[in-house]
Amino acid sequence: MTDTARLTDLAIRYGFIVLLVGLVIFFSVAAPGFAGPRSAVFVFQSVAITGILALGVTCTLVVGGFDLSIGAVATSALMLSAYVMVVLEMSAFAAVLACLVMGALVGLVNGLLIVKFKVPDLLATLGMMFLLVGLQRIPTEGRSISTGMTLPDGSTAEGTFSAGFLWLGRHRFDLVLEKLVPVPVVMFLAVGLGIWVFLEMTKHGRLMYAIGSNARAASLAGANVNRYKIAAYMISGVMASIGGILLAARLGRGDIAGGTNLLLDAVAAALIGFAVLGAGKPNAFGTAVGALFVGILLQGLTMMNAPYYTQDFVKGAVLVLALMFTFALSERVRKGGH
Amino acid sequence: MRQPVCSVKDLTKAFGPTSVLRGIDLDLHPGEVTVLMGANGAGKSTLVKILCGVHRADGGTVTLDGRPFAPASPAAAMRAGVSTVHQTINDGVIPDLDVASNLLLDRLAEPGARLWLRGRRMREEARRIAEAMDLKLDVRRPVRDLDLADRQLIAIARAMTREPRVLILDEPTSSLSAAEASRLFALLDKVREQGVAVLYISHRMSDIRRIADRIVSMRDGRVTGVFTDKPLDTEGAVTAMLGHAMTDTGLTIPEPGAPLLRAEGLRLWPDAVPFDLTVRRGEVVAVVGLVGSGKAQLSGALFGIAPPHGGTLSLDAAAYAPQSAAGAIRAGAFLCPRDRGNNGIVPEFDIAQNLTLPFLGRHSTGPFLRRRAERSTAQGMIERLGIVCEGPRQSVLSLSGGNQQKVMIGRWLSQPCDLLILDEPFQGVDIRARRDIGRHIRDTAAARATLVMVAELDEAVEIADRILVLHDGSVVSEHRNQDLDTGAVMAAVSGRSLQDSAAP
Repeated sequence: MTDTARLTDLAIRYGFIVLLVGLVIFFSVAAPGFAGPRSAVFVFQSVAITGILALGVTCTLVVGGFDLSIGAVATSALMLSAYVMVVLEMSAFAAVLACLVMGALVGLVNGLLIVKFKVPDLLATLGMMFLLVGLQRIPTEGRSISTGMTLPDGSTAEGTFSAGFLWLGRHRFDLVLEKLVPVPVVMFLAVGLGIWVFLEMTKHGRLMYAIGSNARAASLAGANVNRYKIAAYMISGVMASIGGILLAARLGRGDIAGGTNLLLDAVAAALIGFAVLGAGKPNAFGTAVGALFVGILLQGLTMMNAPYYTQDFVKGAVLVLALMFTFALSERVRKGGH
Repeated sequence: MRQPVCSVKDLTKAFGPTSVLRGIDLDLHPGEVTVLMGANGAGKSTLVKILCGVHRADGGTVTLDGRPFAPASPAAAMRAGVSTVHQTINDGVIPDLDVASNLLLDRLAEPGARLWLRGRRMREEARRIAEAMDLKLDVRRPVRDLDLADRQLIAIARAMTREPRVLILDEPTSSLSAAEASRLFALLDKVREQGVAVLYISHRMSDIRRIADRIVSMRDGRVTGVFTDKPLDTEGAVTAMLGHAMTDTGLTIPEPGAPLLRAEGLRLWPDAVPFDLTVRRGEVVAVVGLVGSGKAQLSGALFGIAPPHGGTLSLDAAAYAPQSAAGAIRAGAFLCPRDRGNNGIVPEFDIAQNLTLPFLGRHSTGPFLRRRAERSTAQGMIERLGIVCEGPRQSVLSLSGGNQQKVMIGRWLSQPCDLLILDEPFQGVDIRARRDIGRHIRDTAAARATLVMVAELDEAVEIADRILVLHDGSVVSEHRNQDLDTGAVMAAVSGRSLQDSAAP
């Protein structure tokens, strides 16, 4: 290997991590108050829900698919949990269970559309996205759900978000400082670890990667390609519904516009993850780092008084850069290696 | 003698370290159909790709009408007068457009073409083209509604609108029935009348007998036979294409054990002749046959990919009817598929991950993979097969073709099985890797039944105890690989023995 090739290899492998560390150092110096546990937790909190969705979509990317319905699943879970508690006046447990079942079911339908009905991934999940966005508006005639609202039949919704449910979004665990780490951050870290272990260390994860890389070879090696694909979409659906539950618990009401940016942010995090450690493929660690990268950048810029409306532009720029990094650079090395 | 319109001299081409064309000479004459024959990997498709501008030659010259011809792109080849109709019929037509648009597609794509379409004029022009080629089709019908044969005829007619000097047809009948093919031949007679030189690639003996003016056989990147005297010596052409095993390979045929695989009344396609098949423990049986003789169907039926159209199978005296690859693997039958790039290699995986892919359960505790077990399996196979690499963690794509193939073979040799099917295990590998692989297959054969599908007779003679000849979906003859009468095998491969015995 020549020196330039070795250098490019190093750049591909560690470039993104170096950039991340550099950003942290830069903001720590330039923005007073950036370096500190509260600020760090704020970053984590800002990306926790997006990150959970991103980890789900990572699983579908691994099998060579894509799930565009995650944002809609999350908002559906948001509305469903509010509906179950506020309108149907049922328990927090019932609300959580209903959301998880809904997420798994949507994933199953996505998977069946793709595997059995041969609808291309993007189109199937796009259709599902539309369907859910429309469906979640029907029971409340397009309005947000909160205690005391008037229902379509003229009666008043008497139910409330139970304390136990709100705990999921608002409780903070003590860690060094009192009331520091919120539940969604713990969930994000737990889900991240779980998906990472599943994809990297189990035979199921290995077979899913094989399917994404060469589905025919995986099938001829005895893998049940269809079943794994459906499983990937079900994981994605369940992750998205968990994200929706946490969002509902944080907002405390069934806000119809609660999850507008979730899909794009989550997809961006997963795609940025390709560039982390030169993976060049979807991976759980990269996705988590990708989500954090965006969070750190936005937090730092906000503390340096960058206006909020520049945020999407910044995210887009990071995504485009990361994609260039992944595809152009690693392609060059792959070719150079021959 | 007439001047050739296209003349290829000493053409060479290599991909990396692998020589694919080793000095090809070929003349194409106007108004003549030259059939090009060759087994998989002989270099036919590379030759075609050079002529139609997809690949560039490394050495040698091509002249077209006396002028040097080295097209830089398929479009350049087309402009210079070489049109190609590829094997995949649907690459040649656009299903959503009507017949007229399909026929005129090249004109529409020309730089100087008019902006506005004029339906009536297009239809008239298309009708003229269709009439010239004796095509009886409603030009307003969408191509989607037409059958494969009509689509193929349209693709050829469309190629003819460019008024080519040379028309290349790559296995044009491979998905057509005999009746459909005869319509294609009628069209080709027209093409021939117009003085176009046709290069026709095919394995179907019936095609070749019907249409060929000349046969050129290729093997291993060289032209091994040119046949021009009528009647054409098709059997000689097959021999030249498959090659002779002139030397004794010093094989010792072991005493075979009890029957492991039994097939009774196996029918590979609905109208094929059923046949029986027995492979014993410790035996290595090679199956030879032309492309389309049923090798793919046979391995597919034995591995549960596509169930046979009739007959029963048993493996180790138990009924065996696999419904999927996974089912076959569980029952103890492994298949190392042909075409490793599409069917075998997982490009993003390293050597170890590729080797252990079907047997992850044996390398895990519960759901968790044991990396160390995987690596030691991989290290073992690397040493046993002599895979040239830096170690089990090396990316599989960075290996040479021969070593990639060894990884594929190693994948299925790493665990014991009752039946091992190797479909074209020598495809795209050099002679040394071929010897290594062959020796290893024989060394490990004692405990199982081994079935090897091969393209060339040489390969069968190198590896097998017994050679089966497949023709038209049925086993037509069986030869013990000792003092082999290669002539008899060749006759069977080309379907001659059948005809002889059929004629009183």
